[in-house]
Amino acid sequence: MSRYSMHILVCGGTGCKSSDSDILVEKLKKELDKQGLGETVQVIMTGCFGFCEKGPIVKVMPDNTFYTQVKPSDAEEIVEEHIVKGRKIDHLLYTDPETSKHITDSNRMGFYKKQMRIALRNCGFIDPERIDEYIARDGYMALGKVLSEQTPEETIALMKSSGLRGRGGAGFPVGLKWEFARNNVSDKKYVVCNADEGDPGAFMDRSILEGDPHSVLEAMAIIGYCIGADEGYIYIRAEYPLAIARLKTALNQAREYGLLGKDIMGSGFNFDIGLKYGAGAFVCGEETALIHSMEGERGEPTLKPPFPAESGYLGKPTNVNNVETLANVAPILLKGAEWFSSIGTEKSKGTKVFALAGQINNVGLIEVPMGTTLREVIFEIGGGIKDGKKFKAVQTGGPSGGCLTEKHLDTPIDYENLVENGSMMGSGGMIVMDEDDCMVSIAKYYLDFTVEESCGKCAPCRIGNKRLHELLERICEGKGETADLDRLRNLGEVIKDTSLCGLGQSSPNPVLSTLDNFYDEYTSHVHDKKCAAGVCKDLMEYFILEEHCVGCTACARACPVGAISGERKELHVVNPDTCIKCGACLEKCKFDAVILK
Amino acid sequence: MDHIKLLIDGKTVEVPKGTTVYKAAKEVGIDIPVLCYMDLHDLNIENKPGGCRICSVEIEGRRNLAPSCSTNVSEGMVVKTNSMRVINARRTVMELILSDHPKECLTCAKSGNCDLQDMAIKLGIRDIPGQEYAEMSTYRLDTSPSIIREMDKCIMCRRCETMCNDFQTVGALNAVNRGFNAVVAPAFEMNLEHSPCTYCGQCVAVCPTGALTEVDHTANVIQALSDPNKTVVVQTAPAVRAALGEEFGMEPGTRVTGKMVSALKNLGFDYVFDTDFAADLTIMEEGTELLDRLSRHLDGDKDVQLPILTSCCPGWVNFFEYHFPEMKDIPSTARSPQQMFGSIAKTYFAEKIGVKREEMVVVSIMPCLAKKYECQRDEFSVDGNPDVDFSISTRELAHLIKQANLDLSTMTDSEFDSPLGESSGAAVIFGATGGVIEAATRTAYELQTGKTLESVDFKQLRGLEGIRSATVDFDGLEIKIGIAHGLGNARKLLEEIKAGRSEFHAIEIMACPGGCIGGGGQPLHHGNSDILKARTRAIYEEDEAKTLRKSHENPYIIKLYEEFLDQPMSEKAHKLLHTHYFERKRKVFEV
Repeated sequence: MSRYSMHILVCGGTGCKSSDSDILVEKLKKELDKQGLGETVQVIMTGCFGFCEKGPIVKVMPDNTFYTQVKPSDAEEIVEEHIVKGRKIDHLLYTDPETSKHITDSNRMGFYKKQMRIALRNCGFIDPERIDEYIARDGYMALGKVLSEQTPEETIALMKSSGLRGRGGAGFPVGLKWEFARNNVSDKKYVVCNADEGDPGAFMDRSILEGDPHSVLEAMAIIGYCIGADEGYIYIRAEYPLAIARLKTALNQAREYGLLGKDIMGSGFNFDIGLKYGAGAFVCGEETALIHSMEGERGEPTLKPPFPAESGYLGKPTNVNNVETLANVAPILLKGAEWFSSIGTEKSKGTKVFALAGQINNVGLIEVPMGTTLREVIFEIGGGIKDGKKFKAVQTGGPSGGCLTEKHLDTPIDYENLVENGSMMGSGGMIVMDEDDCMVSIAKYYLDFTVEESCGKCAPCRIGNKRLHELLERICEGKGETADLDRLRNLGEVIKDTSLCGLGQSSPNPVLSTLDNFYDEYTSHVHDKKCAAGVCKDLMEYFILEEHCVGCTACARACPVGAISGERKELHVVNPDTCIKCGACLEKCKFDAVILK
Repeated sequence: MDHIKLLIDGKTVEVPKGTTVYKAAKEVGIDIPVLCYMDLHDLNIENKPGGCRICSVEIEGRRNLAPSCSTNVSEGMVVKTNSMRVINARRTVMELILSDHPKECLTCAKSGNCDLQDMAIKLGIRDIPGQEYAEMSTYRLDTSPSIIREMDKCIMCRRCETMCNDFQTVGALNAVNRGFNAVVAPAFEMNLEHSPCTYCGQCVAVCPTGALTEVDHTANVIQALSDPNKTVVVQTAPAVRAALGEEFGMEPGTRVTGKMVSALKNLGFDYVFDTDFAADLTIMEEGTELLDRLSRHLDGDKDVQLPILTSCCPGWVNFFEYHFPEMKDIPSTARSPQQMFGSIAKTYFAEKIGVKREEMVVVSIMPCLAKKYECQRDEFSVDGNPDVDFSISTRELAHLIKQANLDLSTMTDSEFDSPLGESSGAAVIFGATGGVIEAATRTAYELQTGKTLESVDFKQLRGLEGIRSATVDFDGLEIKIGIAHGLGNARKLLEEIKAGRSEFHAIEIMACPGGCIGGGGQPLHHGNSDILKARTRAIYEEDEAKTLRKSHENPYIIKLYEEFLDQPMSEKAHKLLHTHYFERKRKVFEV
């Protein structure tokens, strides 16, 4: 086996791969061979680094050099300059947006400084397709420890005292969930990993499965041991082909190493894992719907109780945890409950992974201790708002989360605080909005999603969300009436109060929270028929600026409905009653005289 | 803890563990409105998807409202069913449901008999906010020989699915699409006609709205009656007389045979006959076939297939043709009473009265929707002229009677016409589960043993249990009889036959719960299984009231064989009274 003095880590997550990082890996290897360095410098395709905004990412170890937006054509320069001559390549280094200086060491980047990686510990560090690399990072040690030294009861007790809560949304205590499944006596039980990540823009589960699949397999085996199950399934959406491929590789390797299958590590414990593919229905992230989908039934939720711990897959006690939750299990068992519970807030322990998106500089995946404030996440890790614009709101918790504002920026993030302020943790989506975003449109946008993704089983969610959406559409079109605002609120509250599952119970959040925090925007849409952010086209009018107009008649000729009048070389005017807001005049005007306001 | 104490609207209730809040509230006289919920406990059918949310109640300590139909009570629970929060939520949800429901009540088949309409009245809904700009879901109208699906009116209560999938195991209906477009439909939203649907009509029987209705043939009947060149003959199935009264406000279980005959005569039918006559004929043919197969079996003939299965239920015939085509040689080849009647009416009777086949219209009044399909089968027509022209349901007959300004409840009794109106009590009990096999037993016993039955009541064959079995002593020969009603129960018996584990000699199968009395064409029971029990009671009362109790003693049947058919299973009987079956599945895919 070769001993390498240097490693070039190249991100192999879905994002970077789609920007040719796999070609980059091949080119780097070729260049190294050309230089005769194939035996001393190793190129590793890792999982996601999280800094997706600037992908593809290349990290050179041991000196922590962090290159961004690397193209396959940069391979030669990296090898010749950095590897051979030891000179870092300036133009590929990350530039600090505040100081405009290149940062050579990734540990000093704002994006990483405040992060604490437990669930993502191996992402961007190891080759997910080699089990040895996982093992070298203490992989499967927790499983070994549990099987040889701990009873299931002791393990569950440890998980309970660690305070780990489900990372899929509801935040149910993990140890307690395992205990319920353990206490239900049955000849057969199942462990299910919920990898049906459906929130738009959230990809933490995908990243973990792509970057560190064994951490999930190990945790599932541990749960199997704890609850008395010998069979597990990962319910993963079919749109995650790379994650599926890496899981398959990982499963085969784990079986080959005797870490899955019969008599694991000579303990007499049997456990194996299969994959079930979802067709990409958002509601299948709800555990009862997920189980029905696994059974081949229509993916729609049923009332709880009975909980899956009592009657789950095929009617047997089933423990369902999501991917991020599972990725936390092994470190807790190795480092102890006290270590874990020392991180975070009083009721929310450990860290949480968030997917940063929207009008923020550092779009990507981050992991921070619970209790970190929104301000720290958005302005320090996220690098602030794009193009120096003003922060307006952040929407947390996926499509059914609420929008939080300036006044919430210093709230420490945890399950309770988010709910208290009208939003939720969800799976950890975080979408940042700036002054150019219209909050009514934002609420409508999220309703678009939930209307589409409702399973249709219960009336309030099936019809209510549709009606909410219609009301918002009317308001954005300038047809809103004062009574509509009360209707929005009543409807939203009833939908929350009466829907069958978590989808409907939270889908009105974007509407209700924007009504709470941005009521002025609603009233200006309804009463003044104005959209201050300039998003709702129906509320805008085309207008010709006197000081810019030269009277060239181009706009009048372009107008398909003859809404623009004016003599040659004189000011032209748009007749708003005739105008169909097609924008042809604005496009045609060479003097920036046509504006939309 | 066996009993649980809780507080509902300030009233203390004590109920067994596992009781739902809805049922517990009923105990203290609180009637929480329910819409999607349906409970036919005697038949083990319960539909509680918790989908409509109309029954939502407030439970102290719970973040959101709970559906009372599917939330179990717990000790110390404090429930409010009428707080302003609950009332507002219930109204708002109802307005939502109505906002996506057509407002064509005036012309809807279910008007006046619609659970949704009743709920709108109960909740006093006068206005649907925002209706003018609310998009409505629209679906393609789907017509089949028996059932019309007008899914614009579907409220996703899923009762039809429960009947089709859980009870009947037919699997023709399931929810498809997502969100606002979600609707109950055959797979891929194909036409019902191309699905595994058996036309049993149980979906129609439980549909709370006008989304699922029967194909209405009353106009055809009126047209035939008003055509002076047609001789219109009507036959009435046994279960109709036990239920028709309900449509006229009479107590369930009121027998209206004589009044019904009067009404039909008033409507202008030229001959009012009884399907029961044909039921007696069925027993002659089917009973003879049973004895024939049995004796060949006892003689060691390996080609003989046992058990023999009854074949009078068209829903059941459709079921095995689709789901068990490999077993299509096991059921009796005897046609159903409806078809035997049609065949005899248009041959023997037509000849007798000197009317040409083309000039005769045979109408059947059936508790059943599958009969509509059955009478349209190619094999039951001669040169394109069907043996039975139109089959209308009990409900359609009620509409006809009402249209003619007749009040059934005040009508005097009349007798069926002769000769096809004469029948035995054995024929009457065809209308209840177990009745066909009991009727067959009465005749087969006497034909086989040559002895007279002491008692004709085989009570061991009666009841509402889904699958029943009994052994009848045929003078030393033990005949094992199986009975199933509901196609899910039938499936279980068929699987046993397939696996070679069945010990039965004969099995009666009826597609609908309770047999024909619970048919898809009967007055709607709205989830009340006591109604089914009352109809069953009426059927057996009618049997007991008859002097003739055995099919083979019906003098007109004896005469029919003497004058026309020769003997059971004769060549002529084969041609006119027997049939053959098809693999429906293959037929479907050839389309």
